[in-house]
Amino acid sequence: MSRMRITGSAFPLVDASGALLDNIDTDMIFHNRWLHITELSEMAQHALGNLEGYEDFAARVKPGSWVVAGRNFGAGSSRQQAVDCFKALGCVGVIAISVAPIYLRNAINAAMPAAQIPDLAGAVEPGDVLALDMEAGTLTNERTNTVLQAEPPISSVQVEIYRAGGLLRME
Amino acid sequence: MGQTIIEKLVSAKLGSPAAAGDVVWLPQDVVTARDFGGANVVKNFLAAYGADAAVFNADGIRFTFDCNAPANTAGYATNQQICRDFARRRGITVHDVDAGIGSHLLIEQGLAIPGITAIGTDSHYNILGAVGALGQGMGDVDVAYAFHTGQVWFEVPATVRVNVSGKLAPNASAKDLTLAIVHHFGSGGLLGRAVEFYGDVVETLDLPGRITLASMATEMSAVIAIIPPGASVLDWLGGRTNSPVETITADPDAKYVDEVTLDLGVIEPMIAEPYSPASVRPVRIVAEEGVRIDTGFIGSCTNGRFEDFNEGYAQLEDGGVAAGVTLKLVPATREVYGQILSEGLIEGFFQAGALIHNQGCGGCAAGQVGMTGEGEVQVSTSNRNFRGKQGAGRTYLASPATVAASVRAGRITVPEAKR
Ligand code: SF4
Repeated sequence: MSRMRITGSAFPLVDASGALLDNIDTDMIFHNRWLHITELSEMAQHALGNLEGYEDFAARVKPGSWVVAGRNFGAGSSRQQAVDCFKALGCVGVIAISVAPIYLRNAINAAMPAAQIPDLAGAVEPGDVLALDMEAGTLTNERTNTVLQAEPPISSVQVEIYRAGGLLRME
Repeated sequence: MGQTIIEKLVSAKLGSPAAAGDVVWLPQDVVTARDFGGANVVKNFLAAYGADAAVFNADGIRFTFDCNAPANTAGYATNQQICRDFARRRGITVHDVDAGIGSHLLIEQGLAIPGITAIGTDSHYNILGAVGALGQGMGDVDVAYAFHTGQVWFEVPATVRVNVSGKLAPNASAKDLTLAIVHHFGSGGLLGRAVEFYGDVVETLDLPGRITLASMATEMSAVIAIIPPGASVLDWLGGRTNSPVETITADPDAKYVDEVTLDLGVIEPMIAEPYSPASVRPVRIVAEEGVRIDTGFIGSCTNGRFEDFNEGYAQLEDGGVAAGVTLKLVPATREVYGQILSEGLIEGFFQAGALIHNQGCGGCAAGQVGMTGEGEVQVSTSNRNFRGKQGAGRTYLASPATVAASVRAGRITVPEAKR
């Protein structure tokens, strides 16, 4: 079977000094006032709508982007919309220094690639082309030609679910 | 190589050895959905597998309507009806709005016994560690998948072995021990870990006390807190099921990620201040500061058993709720309600001035029994006191005895020794 290599262009979420933002929680990603929305197309416009400086994320991000962030991405509630809103915008997935456990589970179940890369800080500029090798658990920055390791490694279950297109499509 | 309890439990379910860090497809004995989340589970299931799709095993699935029971909004009522309709077509049992808290029902009905696996849309399902079972709260997608296949994917957590020694003061109970432990580890202190609890003070806890301790594993971010059942708990469970009931023990050479010895000495009544279950101090000190209260609550999956009501009752026997203060009581299940009725507690509570509500999560889940207003102060036996969880007021978490002593005095008060 071919290696699963997912390529996209980096959209880093950073503070004024350019450092990756930590602790972006599920209310910043998809605010609870929009929880009644179940249509994917409608969800898209609210992605990161409550994160200062990124209220217009939905208009700025291009399909095929990686959402890139710092530590503890997706902390907070178990809302699935916080994953689905990025998929709705055509984002390829999330690369963060670390991802909150429930968010990671939801992302995996929705077949959205998500990887935790401890050495991510300072390694990515906006627009860099990043390739995630799901099976090897490596992230290659094609501009700088550096290879970073996912830790903990991407599990075989995550790969299996990704290949099926989501938990509910597994047989 | 030696195994921890969770490694043994998972290995037994899989029929092959599993170790911490392994990600496995774990078969489930019981899969449940409550009214909160249940309708989404049904929707996901129908969308993925079709309107006529079968479930893996109708006997292994339950709906439990505990969050909003009976429904007090049209939205909840509709969601409950979606679940009932789905269940009826497939022969699935519904524990309806008159049954009580789902996790407690699994224990009462002999479904949760040592070594079984269960998931539900309830973040306090790890309460089942009180009987040596592996319970996990999961999302709508996971539960829909498990309805269909009977399994979920699961990362076997590393285990922390905790040995607690100490002695409960005559006016203290399992909740005080639990709060002292939450204080020690802090809110994220056991993130992603399984915990095994041992030690004299833990081993002497009765089943309701073990439920109290296991329930607050969630507040320490643990995956599960297992309290290996001793003889009296096994006896109790044995009376509820025809299946053999046997404790799983850890191997002497099991590998732990950490071993913690906690010597708590004499454990006095403790209280968690707003807005964190881990902001814990002795009631004695908080009482000295003079904290006036408006209302008290006894109930929830943490302290909603008969023994909990009995503990609170003892504080009210020779005096009622103070003027201008209210006390709300919500038994965890119908069985508990029956016990407080037949033991005569309801009459006494009524005379003392308490409000007695129907069984369920009311008083803990927002929107049902008793929200708090801006500036209102509540002392509760529940497990969470985050800002805004139950309205705009301030919630303290304490034992049933402390809640009852406090509503009687109208301020936070150290309970009297009744044992
Ligand atoms: S009593 Fe509260 S914490 Fe426990 S299951 Fe019900 S809503 Fe959740």
